[in-house]
Amino acid sequence: MAAVWSVLSQLLHVALALAAAPLLTGVVRWLKARMMGRRGPHPLQPLRDILKLLRKRPVLAENASAVSLAAPYLAAGAAVAAIALVPSFARGMALAPLSDLILIAGLLALGRVAMALAGMDVGSPFGGLGASREMSFAALAEPALVMAVLTLAILAGTTNLDAIGGSFRDGGLGLRVSLGLALVALLAVAIAENARIPVDNPSTHLELTMVHEAMILESSGRHLALWEYAAQLRLLLWLGLLATVFLPLGQAPAGSAPHLWIVGLGAWAVKIGGLALGLAAFESAIAKMRVFRVPEFLGAALLLGLLGAVLLFVSTGLA
Amino acid sequence: MLTALALLVGLLAALGAAAVPLARAANGGRLLHGATALAGFLLAAGGVVGLLGGPATLDLPFGPPWGPMRLALDALSSWFLLPVGLSVGCAGLFALGGAYGPVPARDLLPWPIFVAGMVLTLLAADGFTLLLGFEAMSLASWALVARDGAGAENQRAARIYLGFAGLGGLCLMLGFGLLAGGAGDVAFAALRDDPPEGARAAAVLALLLAGAGSKAGLAPLHVWLPLAHPAAPTHVSAAMSGAMTKVALYVIARFIFDLMGPAQPFWMGTPLIALGAATAVIGALRAALEEDSKVLLACSTIENVGLIAVGLGLALAFRGADLPALAALAGGAALLHALNHAVFKTLLFLVAGEVLHGALSRRLDRLGGLIHRMPVTAWAALIGAAAAASLPPLSGFASEWLLLQALLTAWRVGDIAFQMGVAAATTLAALAAALAAAAMVRFWGLVFLGRPRTPRAAGAEESTGAARIALLVPAGLTLLLGLFPGPVLDLAEPALRLVSGTAAPRAGWFAIGAGDGGARYWPVPVALLVAAAVGLAVWLVRRRAPAGVQRGPAWDCGFIAAPPHFPFGDPAGQPSAAGFAQPLRRMLGQGLLAAHETVTMPGPGETRAAVLRSGFADPALETLEGPLPRWREAAAARAERLRALSIRQCLGLTFGAVVLMLALLAWIGAR
Repeated sequence: MAAVWSVLSQLLHVALALAAAPLLTGVVRWLKARMMGRRGPHPLQPLRDILKLLRKRPVLAENASAVSLAAPYLAAGAAVAAIALVPSFARGMALAPLSDLILIAGLLALGRVAMALAGMDVGSPFGGLGASREMSFAALAEPALVMAVLTLAILAGTTNLDAIGGSFRDGGLGLRVSLGLALVALLAVAIAENARIPVDNPSTHLELTMVHEAMILESSGRHLALWEYAAQLRLLLWLGLLATVFLPLGQAPAGSAPHLWIVGLGAWAVKIGGLALGLAAFESAIAKMRVFRVPEFLGAALLLGLLGAVLLFVSTGLA
Repeated sequence: MLTALALLVGLLAALGAAAVPLARAANGGRLLHGATALAGFLLAAGGVVGLLGGPATLDLPFGPPWGPMRLALDALSSWFLLPVGLSVGCAGLFALGGAYGPVPARDLLPWPIFVAGMVLTLLAADGFTLLLGFEAMSLASWALVARDGAGAENQRAARIYLGFAGLGGLCLMLGFGLLAGGAGDVAFAALRDDPPEGARAAAVLALLLAGAGSKAGLAPLHVWLPLAHPAAPTHVSAAMSGAMTKVALYVIARFIFDLMGPAQPFWMGTPLIALGAATAVIGALRAALEEDSKVLLACSTIENVGLIAVGLGLALAFRGADLPALAALAGGAALLHALNHAVFKTLLFLVAGEVLHGALSRRLDRLGGLIHRMPVTAWAALIGAAAAASLPPLSGFASEWLLLQALLTAWRVGDIAFQMGVAAATTLAALAAALAAAAMVRFWGLVFLGRPRTPRAAGAEESTGAARIALLVPAGLTLLLGLFPGPVLDLAEPALRLVSGTAAPRAGWFAIGAGDGGARYWPVPVALLVAAAVGLAVWLVRRRAPAGVQRGPAWDCGFIAAPPHFPFGDPAGQPSAAGFAQPLRRMLGQGLLAAHETVTMPGPGETRAAVLRSGFADPALETLEGPLPRWREAAAARAERLRALSIRQCLGLTFGAVVLMLALLAWIGAR
């Protein structure tokens, strides 16, 4: 029976994530607009945009290669595969043995490389510029992520996300300074990976300051819809990851029956909603930084992650 | 098996000797390269048989005056036969495809000798044989690097390479001397009976890192590698990066895991971890900045050698700290990455050679858009580049995942200084992996995507036949190694037993794991998951979206089309190699590689153009070519003064030396 529940919860999780991703982006936009004193578009607007884009035939540059055709599908596929591994309302889903944090980072890197190559395919100036900046920022974001993973792996004894969430929920680790530092490092990485303010502006139309959007300037129609959808999935993935690791409360334990899922679903919605509110407030309160200040931002995240691990060594060494 | 391998070494040496008459024959070059390629694949097969069978030893009926030359085939040498054999096989196949008509003998002769030297190093069971093979490998590859005597760059590369090869051989010789101690027997069996301890062990390790480490490309003795590897012909570059660095790493592994005994303390691993991590970052950063495809790939080799060295160092530390399961994990990461890197780097070098052949340039700024003209090369290159960028589910990700798992569990060695050092090494390894991804995107994107940057690139053609097979074989192997790292690790189990001291757990068909209770990586299910997700995306989109695409001019943010005298668009409108590297050059290059950017603006009213100059330099090379020659000159000038001494002073000097020697002898005798 447990096997059936795990498969069912996995399917439900993927369907939920696929449906919730555009809604989350819409909610964040709506919240930001309210905080700035605008009425803002309807929270379903991103979904409507995607459906509209899907109906349009894409226009490709004459010298675009097969990379432009395949990359959006690969990026969206990598994002779907990655989000399938991040638990939402229940742990112990069918793919839980696969849900390794380093693998999730690898799948995100796969999507990032697909996007960078798509940006370089036509040989337009902004595509190359965006690709170069994206890969350079990732070079600093990834070590910061690995440092946060190091702290989590020492505390939980594994890099498996499902197991980390479980041990943080059941283990009663209490408040630890190292966990706080890892949280800050992970938040900074999440902001950089999702191209949010202050690293990048998701709603900018000024090409010179763009990173993420610069790579997809040549995309249109269903390709653009896929790129936007992949970005929305990534945002949900990062919020879900933070919720699973740092706010595991309410998540249904592994092998539990569907009636516990309802509690988990409610808790998940509250957690993601709260994080979305926090993100909107943070983005409204802060200005975008210069492109060449971003390395300092990510470098600080890296140092905080390293500090968290070192503090952990010191504290366990004394205990 | 060992006898057959020894015969193969002899045949390769004979093939080298036969190169002079073969060079005159019409198909001599093809014959020689075909035979070497066959020998390479046979060597890999021999490695597999050696791993499945037991160890063997063989005493040759000839050798140095003090005894026979001893050969042995154990699990460690069998494992390293795999990367060497596969790399040489593919490189030979590529050379076979490019060899038409008579070839000068100086291009042919050193190639089989080079291969024979590498195999002899792997099979050696005494210090003399190992050094003989190592030096044959060094000198033959030097001859191939120096073959193009006309180019000043090549001459410089060959000169520096010869210096480093001499230094490496000398250090290894001293290392063997120190290991052998007073008895002077350099047979491996005798060395094992008297493992060094304390200061002697540390001195042996230092000599080993200078000797074999410089050949592998460990910082700060890596500077010759980005000069010499690209200067050789393509198939030799591929074998130097794919195979020769692995032979040097084998020598390191043979010393630290076998000859120096099982009882070394855990801190013996720290120099390897520290040097490896520094090497990985400097190599990856240079790979992200270099503007010549083969130099870029050579720098990426430095990065991967650094990662393998980190794995070897961790395995040594874990064994010293009595954590054999973790030693097997770290050793498995190092051995697997050595094989994976040999295959994908051989592939990438052959791609660079194919591009050089088709578009007549190695400079990224003269290529571009080749995916339209050379599709097979482009897709094969994408597989290799994605593996080098450690993207799942390709081979590079599997071994780097293992290495990261080993680094993440290294805190179990209780010492707090070691824990902090390893945390820093983890950061550096992750930074190197991410930088490698940036370097590979830049390499593949600039060469194969975009618009052609020169007419030559617009008219490039790819070759067919053996050269194409030489690209497809390593590309297929990269896919296979990525999907099935478990069986490969199981094959390496005897070698891991030698490294860690205990039986390693079986990995199984579909997963590799980080010990009991640790995380596991399932490549095949992950590949299926990504494929299913992509399939889902295609299906969902196809249901709603209209089929087909419309073609039009690039939108390019509304820029108007280039004038007709730019048939491939405005060349300034496409990122250049230096421009693409600019963010990383500013972020990391200024601190690590002394990168600089200066803008010279014309004054008001002047009509000359503004100039932007940017560049970087490896500090190790600066030291090599700056202060070192000056010190040499100063020392020579001082030594010259001896010639002006009077006869009395000369006699006094000699007498003083004799007295000093006698005093030394008396002191040694008194102890």
